[in-house]
Amino acid sequence: MKEKLDAIKAEALARIEGAKDLDSLNDIKVAVLGKKGELTAVLKSMKEVPAEERPAVGQMVNEARAAIENRLEEEKKRIARMLRTEKMKRETIDVTLPGKKNLRGHRHPNQIALEDLERVFIGMGYEVVDGPEVEYDRYNFELLNIPANHPAKDEQDTFYITKDILLRTQTSPVQARVMEQGKLPIRMISPGRVFRSDEVDATHSPSFHQLEGLVIDKGITFADLKGTLEQFAKEFFGEKTRVKFRPHHFPFTEPSAEVDITCFKCGGKGCRMCKGSGWIEILGCGMVHPNVLDMCGIDSKVYQGFAFGIGLERVTLLKYEIDDMRLLYENDVRFLNQF
Amino acid sequence: MNTPISWMKAYVPDLDVEVQEFVDKMTLSGSHVEGYEKKDKNLEKVVVGRIETMEKHPDADKLVVCQVNIGEDTVQIVTGAKNVKAGDLIPVVLDGGKVAAAHGDDTEYPEGIRIKKGKLRGVESSGMMCGIEELGSSRDFYPEAPEDGVYVFQPESGVKPGDDAVKALGLDDTIVEYEITSNRVDCFSMIGMAREVAATFDKPFYPPVVTVKANDKDVNDYIKVTVQDTELCPRYCARVVENIKIGPSPKWMQDRLKAMGIRSINNLVDITNYVMEEYGQPMHAYDLDTIAKREIVVKRAEDGDTFTTLDGQERKLDSGVLMICDGEKEVGIAGIMGGENSMITEDVKTVLFEAACFDGTNIRLASKRIGLQTDASFKFTKGLDPNNALEAINRACQLVEEMNCGDVVGGVVDMYPNPVHEKVLPFEPERYNALLGTDIPEETMLAYFKKLGLIYNESERTLTIPTFRQDLGCMADLAEEVARFYGYDNIPVSLPKGEATVGRKPFSQRVEELVREICERNGFSGGMTYSFESPKVFDKLLLPQDAVERQAIVISNPLGEDFSIMRTVSLNGILSSLATNYNRRNKIARLYELGNIYLPKALPLTELPEEKMRLTLGMYGEGDFFTMKGVVEEILERLGIRGIDCEPANDIAYLHPGRQARMMKGKLEAGIIGQVHPEVGDNYNLKTEAYVAVLNMDILTMLAGFDRKYEGIAKFPASTRDLAMVMDKSLFVGQIEHVIRKNAGKILESCELFDVYEGEQVGEGRKSVAFSLSFRAKDRNLESAEVDKAVEKVLDALKQMGVELRS
Repeated sequence: MKEKLDAIKAEALARIEGAKDLDSLNDIKVAVLGKKGELTAVLKSMKEVPAEERPAVGQMVNEARAAIENRLEEEKKRIARMLRTEKMKRETIDVTLPGKKNLRGHRHPNQIALEDLERVFIGMGYEVVDGPEVEYDRYNFELLNIPANHPAKDEQDTFYITKDILLRTQTSPVQARVMEQGKLPIRMISPGRVFRSDEVDATHSPSFHQLEGLVIDKGITFADLKGTLEQFAKEFFGEKTRVKFRPHHFPFTEPSAEVDITCFKCGGKGCRMCKGSGWIEILGCGMVHPNVLDMCGIDSKVYQGFAFGIGLERVTLLKYEIDDMRLLYENDVRFLNQF
Repeated sequence: MNTPISWMKAYVPDLDVEVQEFVDKMTLSGSHVEGYEKKDKNLEKVVVGRIETMEKHPDADKLVVCQVNIGEDTVQIVTGAKNVKAGDLIPVVLDGGKVAAAHGDDTEYPEGIRIKKGKLRGVESSGMMCGIEELGSSRDFYPEAPEDGVYVFQPESGVKPGDDAVKALGLDDTIVEYEITSNRVDCFSMIGMAREVAATFDKPFYPPVVTVKANDKDVNDYIKVTVQDTELCPRYCARVVENIKIGPSPKWMQDRLKAMGIRSINNLVDITNYVMEEYGQPMHAYDLDTIAKREIVVKRAEDGDTFTTLDGQERKLDSGVLMICDGEKEVGIAGIMGGENSMITEDVKTVLFEAACFDGTNIRLASKRIGLQTDASFKFTKGLDPNNALEAINRACQLVEEMNCGDVVGGVVDMYPNPVHEKVLPFEPERYNALLGTDIPEETMLAYFKKLGLIYNESERTLTIPTFRQDLGCMADLAEEVARFYGYDNIPVSLPKGEATVGRKPFSQRVEELVREICERNGFSGGMTYSFESPKVFDKLLLPQDAVERQAIVISNPLGEDFSIMRTVSLNGILSSLATNYNRRNKIARLYELGNIYLPKALPLTELPEEKMRLTLGMYGEGDFFTMKGVVEEILERLGIRGIDCEPANDIAYLHPGRQARMMKGKLEAGIIGQVHPEVGDNYNLKTEAYVAVLNMDILTMLAGFDRKYEGIAKFPASTRDLAMVMDKSLFVGQIEHVIRKNAGKILESCELFDVYEGEQVGEGRKSVAFSLSFRAKDRNLESAEVDKAVEKVLDALKQMGVELRS
């Protein structure tokens, strides 16, 4: 019996060794382990074995079966792996073919710059406030210390609708509106569209955008203004940015300043972008004029504040090195796709 | 405002700084330097030479060989110039030196031209004789220079060989250009700028000391002045000079005017120009013999008057224009330009000087209306200090005497009924420091004020503000003066203290942000177009004459008709941009814009219009109506807006009548979608199928919500039924879906269209529509019979619309 079992086992293992594919392995399985298989036949002939030997023979049969099954399983895995490897070989692709692109839209560069600016100021605790683009003279000029016939009205070349209603020339009227509401302290920015009657050319547009900032509280100082804008500049233009405050004049702030930052292209060494000076003018600012506070119903003896205004297009043109402002309004997809 | 540094030094003699330091410090003290020009930046080794001998060149007829004495040495120079002879004193650039330009050549040489010794036709030449153009100037400023040839120093110039020729010609100067802010009227004058220079560099300031000797006659015997409109002319000063001797002005004056780009005319004209620059006070000189009845009347013109100004142009006047008249006629437009009829000529015997103060606003508006701007009107528009006028006219008379060009008649006519007085402000050092965030000592502040001409009264603790500083009116103004001279750079840096505030955006901007994101993910790029446009837009969009959109706000002073109305429809910008892309042969373009339209409540405007934010989408080149609709649906879904119906429309003029829809939430219009009407496409030169959508952001913002609640994941299986139906072609799929949803009961989970077919198999005028219905209950397995019942109910309802199940 033992010899017979050994012979079956040996033959089966030898056949497995010679099997070329999964089908022949299956055939072997059927031929040896199947219902009519050789090993099954041995089991069937157990009744001829004396009862006392049966457990030992049974164990031998099981061992032989397990050995063959294990071997079959191993071989199956090996062949399957081999087949998959071959299949993958056939599936080889040219990975240097270009990637598939979805039709993707792009954000307008001006909008990107605006969102970057907003992010910095929101992080510093500023609330974003909207205001009307068609505005009363009162908010655009009068409350900002620009009385009737003030030359600034001429300088800014205002578009008028009626005597009292105009297209706002700056985002500053939002300041006046917020102050007039009287909720203090104020820490706000107001981005938006403004209008001046400049003919369209590479550096002018009758419609452009500003971002206005206003802080009003007790004890706000010019030093705070400096600190705030310095922090903003480092945040927005990079840690190494240096800031220069130059005295200037705006009717609604006193003292007033224009702010230059070190050129972000050359870092202050002087290049074409900064016209060799190493500095780039980016915004105007100042301490809110006491007249403005008082006119808007805030006691200038108790409260002080600062305001600043940034020309968005200027920042966009500088940041992306765009040489012609008209591109911003043309909406050529070849332009927009670059952002 | 341009000022030569040399002129500054006339009042601030101790000024001794390099140009770069000068401009940097001036900028930081508030006089923003926009640029500067060193007149001699490209001139090197240019000296005065005397031609000792001149011989013919052995091999060239047109050249001569000169021995030129340059002081300690003599050099040989070959020249082709025809205007020189032995004995002439001429500017010579030596070997290794530089000149600014080449003879007879308009090219600009930013770095100048280096001159080296060399041979001309075999004869050595160690330098070059220079014409005025080669020295970077022109005959405009050196009229004595020959039209073509080498500059020859006049005998009276007193130069000698070896002298620095650049200095001798007054070219050793730097012109600094400032951007003067509108509040600093005083800085539109040399004296005003010099005061700033002196204060900035902390050097003594020496303004001119004005004294006039005058003869013992009385000006009132020569002229009578009447000012009818004292509001427009708060001050009028007049003096008379007789026995005029017209001649050239002295070199120092010519040089200063030259540096300012003003050509010297004659002593009298030069004096008026000089005083205007020096004091910032425009002056006018009349030939007194042309003044009828020896009388000056200052009054408004009459509407419709005309007047010929001294440039020979006839000007139209109106009653807002102030005129200077004599006893019979008009002789000048006040503050703008004098008349041809009273012009100074070479034969003038007696001159009437005028230094007046005119209302700045009126001059500004008048000069705009007349269309004439002059140096004088520019100065007046700033709003001059009337107290400056008398000093200026006396300065002019002082110069007349110094230059010996006439006899000044005694006395001044001074019409100044309401003198402007000096303001007195409290001295509040604590408040200046509190505003600036500084700790500047009182004495330091007082020292700054003193340099600026403010007078401190110690017992009253007040500051008297000179009238030329009209800009100083309150505490903050004085704090700025302290800050400027303390240095903005030296002010410390801090951050606002006090109550913490929350940084945030309005809800509408959160909605806009999401909308941008969705648009961009669907291939639409952000565009930006103007808020104003042409009224022709309405015709281009085929809007009927009575369309409400035509009620647009009109700008009263637009840049032109194309920018004259505020848009009431947002499409024009995007359509124009699509057309731009199409005509530049961009195959695909998808654009969106978030921008306002402006809807007047009444016209003409009595209150602010409604500004409504619109999202406008436009595309061509790929995709169709349903691509656009898909984007719109995605936006609505992401904003959490449900229950929007897409209602077919045919009345939107600018859209294809069979391909347009309104997105409605009940009666609220959330937006429109459609194909651009082909005729509108033609009008925009956009000759391809284009699709647009306009969403009303105000409505979307109102409906939007970002709150979501977890609803659980279905535990029980769904059963699906596909329904293929045949129906009349005119039925909308939306109607079918509506009926299905209405009748399938609560167990209907979803209902999705998966096929629409038209063709032979379903017959003419009919179509087949197939939906896949999915049913599910949250709490149990659905019985097949329950689903069958629901489907049956749906089919019954559909049958009534003439819909049949497709067999």
